[in-house]
Amino acid sequence: MKEFSYARATSLDGAAATFKAAGEARYLSGGQTLIPVLKQRLASPTDLVDLAGVPGLDQIVATAQSISIGGMATHASVAAHVGLQSTIPVLAELAGGIGDPHVRNRGTIGGSLANNDPAADYPAAVLGLDAIVRTSKRQIAGDDFFAGLFTTALEEGEILTGVEFSVPKRAGYVKFPHPASRFCLVAVMVSEGPKGVRVAVTGAGQEGVFRVAAMEAALAKSFTPAALDGIKVPPDNLLSDIHAQADYRAHLITVLTKRAVAKAIA
Amino acid sequence: MPTISLTVNRKAHTVEVAPNALLSAVLRETLGLTGTHIGCDTSQCGACTVHVEGRSIKSCTMLAVQANGANVTTIEGMADGETLHPMQAAFRQHHGLQCGFCTPGMIMAAVAFADANPAPTEAQVRRSLEGNLCRCTGYQNIVDAIMTGARAMHARS
Repeated sequence: MKEFSYARATSLDGAAATFKAAGEARYLSGGQTLIPVLKQRLASPTDLVDLAGVPGLDQIVATAQSISIGGMATHASVAAHVGLQSTIPVLAELAGGIGDPHVRNRGTIGGSLANNDPAADYPAAVLGLDAIVRTSKRQIAGDDFFAGLFTTALEEGEILTGVEFSVPKRAGYVKFPHPASRFCLVAVMVSEGPKGVRVAVTGAGQEGVFRVAAMEAALAKSFTPAALDGIKVPPDNLLSDIHAQADYRAHLITVLTKRAVAKAIA
Repeated sequence: MPTISLTVNRKAHTVEVAPNALLSAVLRETLGLTGTHIGCDTSQCGACTVHVEGRSIKSCTMLAVQANGANVTTIEGMADGETLHPMQAAFRQHHGLQCGFCTPGMIMAAVAFADANPAPTEAQVRRSLEGNLCRCTGYQNIVDAIMTGARAMHARS
């Protein structure tokens, strides 16, 4: 790791001010991606601004209609939250399947979303459950948040403070994990909510998480696995690497989406 | 350099650390607690697993400055004098190690898991080990040890 300065912020305004005054700053959340990135010298910021000391950012508030998760809430705390387990169980299940137990004890929802790894789990939750991302400046609809590989709508210095999930009528998440890294080779979130059906795919897209309009239309008519018979995502814009070729990922998307629907209606 | 205060194995320390020093390095090199091992240094192997505020974390993926004010437990804090922690005793009983390099991390992962799971199934134990790699054993004896150790921990308390 190259050298950097470290500051532990105690307020959002303080964090933003420190960030702005620095040469090239990065916010530090749980560090489960950023620290490995720093070790590999894929990034070499002059300053890290730690958000762990900002009060209240790790809160999870559950009501009958929605769940609000603070940006610094760890995957372990989301997975173990009793109110969340009963209102949006698919979200607790997703969080409990990220990485491994030690990573889940440090990694946060805000860090994961701000990083927007194309093989991360949480982007599928935000897009597939039609969530709203809250920041230090504004609210961003899930549909407008993701902007390509490792890129989001967040502006320089803007802090992701939390995510608001509406309770869906039903939802299912199925993940084909890479057996070593536990990242998503392909994973699919399916939901039916007040504003319709959503199918969000992570792990597969060259531009990161994406929705599948043809599947959403078919499921809106009939929310059954059979409704997806014959519907395939073309492999053209899918990732192809040593772990899985694009046509295999395309195949997995249909298979996993059917399984996610089956879980949602079970 | 920043100065941090932390409690390690019930003993308070105040140390100067570089901002980019990893918790694993400070435990080993500054505090001399070399029971915490560094296997891969890339967040995969879990040999560096310690407890921060009672939760298992990979100390190679946490900056020492992030542990300022924290309560840390390492493998050296497990035994009570000459008496092994029940999980350590279970690993010995079941021969849950061969070369032993991964063992400190395995024990720390197992104790954190068993704290919350008094009577785990084999499947739960195997899932709990997703963040800890062993090149020797094939895991079978480790799983047996954790199932025994979990029961022993809760029989004691």
